[in-house]
Amino acid sequence: MAMRAAAFSELRFDRISRSFGPIEALREVTLTIRKGEFIALLGPSGCGKSTTLNILAGLLPATGGGIWLDERRIDTLRPEERGFGMVFQNYALFPHLNVRRNIGFGLAMRNVARGEIARRTQEAIALVRLEGHEDKLPAQLSGGQQQRVAIARAIVIEPPLVLMDEPLSNLDAKLRLEMRAEIRRIHASLGATTIYVTHDQEEALSLADRIVVMQGGGVRQIGTPDDLYARPASLDVAEFMGFRNRLSGEAIESNGSETMVRVGAAHLRAAGAAPVAIGMRGTLVMRTADLSPAPQDASTIQARVTAGEFRGDGFVCSGASEDGAELWFTSPTRVAIGETVHLRVEPGRARFYPEAGA
Amino acid sequence: MAPAPSARAPFDGVALLAAPAVLILCALFVYPFAYGLWLSFAPAVGGALANYRKFFGDPFLYGTIATTLWLALPVTLLNLVVAVPVAMRVRLMRNQRVLTTILVLPITLGVVLIAQGLLTYLGPQGWFNRALMAIGLVSHPIRLVHNYWGVFLSLFLTGLPFTFLLTLSHISGIDPALEQASATLGANARQRFFAVILPLLAPGLAIAFCLSFVQAFSVFPSAILLGAPAGPTRVISIAAYQAAFEDFDYSMASAIAMLMGGVQLAIIAAVLGLRGLAYRGPAGGGKG
Repeated sequence: MAMRAAAFSELRFDRISRSFGPIEALREVTLTIRKGEFIALLGPSGCGKSTTLNILAGLLPATGGGIWLDERRIDTLRPEERGFGMVFQNYALFPHLNVRRNIGFGLAMRNVARGEIARRTQEAIALVRLEGHEDKLPAQLSGGQQQRVAIARAIVIEPPLVLMDEPLSNLDAKLRLEMRAEIRRIHASLGATTIYVTHDQEEALSLADRIVVMQGGGVRQIGTPDDLYARPASLDVAEFMGFRNRLSGEAIESNGSETMVRVGAAHLRAAGAAPVAIGMRGTLVMRTADLSPAPQDASTIQARVTAGEFRGDGFVCSGASEDGAELWFTSPTRVAIGETVHLRVEPGRARFYPEAGA
Repeated sequence: MAPAPSARAPFDGVALLAAPAVLILCALFVYPFAYGLWLSFAPAVGGALANYRKFFGDPFLYGTIATTLWLALPVTLLNLVVAVPVAMRVRLMRNQRVLTTILVLPITLGVVLIAQGLLTYLGPQGWFNRALMAIGLVSHPIRLVHNYWGVFLSLFLTGLPFTFLLTLSHISGIDPALEQASATLGANARQRFFAVILPLLAPGLAIAFCLSFVQAFSVFPSAILLGAPAGPTRVISIAAYQAAFEDFDYSMASAIAMLMGGVQLAIIAAVLGLRGLAYRGPAGGGKG
């Protein structure tokens, strides 16, 4: 099965906005997506990612801006005229139709010939590996199988765009990993341009070619998974990408790419997104995995252990720094609660964000 | 080894709590029904089946079944046909309650008040006819009361709120995501209705049909007030009334009441039988 209808080269959001009464759910979102890309819209709940998807699908009108598929404006079209395949969070399978007729629904609505519907439906069933379940009703399927039907139903119409709205959020952890691999496989075999909404950064990192981080109704950063993981552009994004530890400090030395930050008595080396001037105050962030106990020296932070949790390959612990900040770190060995430890950051893993206006 | 499950469940004292309800049901429904059934087979003259033989031998009596069906079936169908689109629209409205209240008001007014109102409104000197004549659509008042149409309109007006409420609750139970999904799959409004909404609504509509039909079939006040009770709207309940309170033949009246129930049951059984062919599972689109 190949995507035949995918004849466009780019999808453009041009300052798309949406307000609900006085509340601005989406503020001038501008975004360009190339054909064949797998884009993840990532953000906490209420950030506007689902609103963006619903506007793209035509289920919600935008209150400002336009969406263009190459030179064709599509945000004024009705959903049935756009021809995008959408996978809903609760799957939205038609409960009165069996698997075959659910998947063939879009083709039947397009008055495709009976024989071709049967052939393409069977192809899609094979693609999502649901052979043998063709005559079952959705209620007779497991969550993962329902998910597969929803995906097959969306892609069988060979849409130029596949939209997925948190498709894995209703599955248990094991099934989620399986379906993630499945979605990756289907994308690889069809090459369909996919826009995938999720609040799970791991999901976004593992699936997407590019990630769009959204927050408060706006786009905060667009980048490859590598980029976002290693170099979040702002403190908000860093926090969302798992930089859990936050320490306030002051820049005492900077060479453009690296900054020496003084946190209490410790001097730590950090990378940063923006150029930093000497004397600037700001926030130093690092991941739990990049902070661990080490012999005391000028670059270590002192903390008192408050809790420890066994994670199989080691311990994840929390502690309080001298100025009371909460710290999360990993330790290969058990540390006693109340004990004082000296924590060192993996070289190159800390990032410094100067305070705005400082 | 676990004991084999006994065929009879052990006596549960809590079940006794149902006793008052069962007693009331027996006193108010089962006993009168059984008494009526017995009475219908005990006519003053003739054998056990004399009443039924008389009913089916007299076109003035058996004709009432057709007359009543000829009123009740079209009215019920029209009610459903009107209630579904209204409910589809009201479902999407934000101040549903205001509109629902307005639509439901006729129920609270009672059948007789509506009949009286229609009598003047639709009568030869009523606003309706005067308005029609004023705009020159007709030259003489059209006859809308004391005939079939008077009863038809009155039944329609009193039945619609009821049918609407039943339909609205069924439509609200259908996951809106299903309609959205079918739209993204290319179904236009008409296709969405016939391929998704209607099949999921069908079992609910069957129930709404049955309940509305029973109401319309037992029409009595409006058939007398707005109809022509001697002729075209001589419905079956009028026949029963006349037998009981004009001829004082309670046995015959009971027989007519039993036949009335029989016809209703037959129609309901047919509709529910058809309903059995439709999908009857949950109207949700999946998990969550």
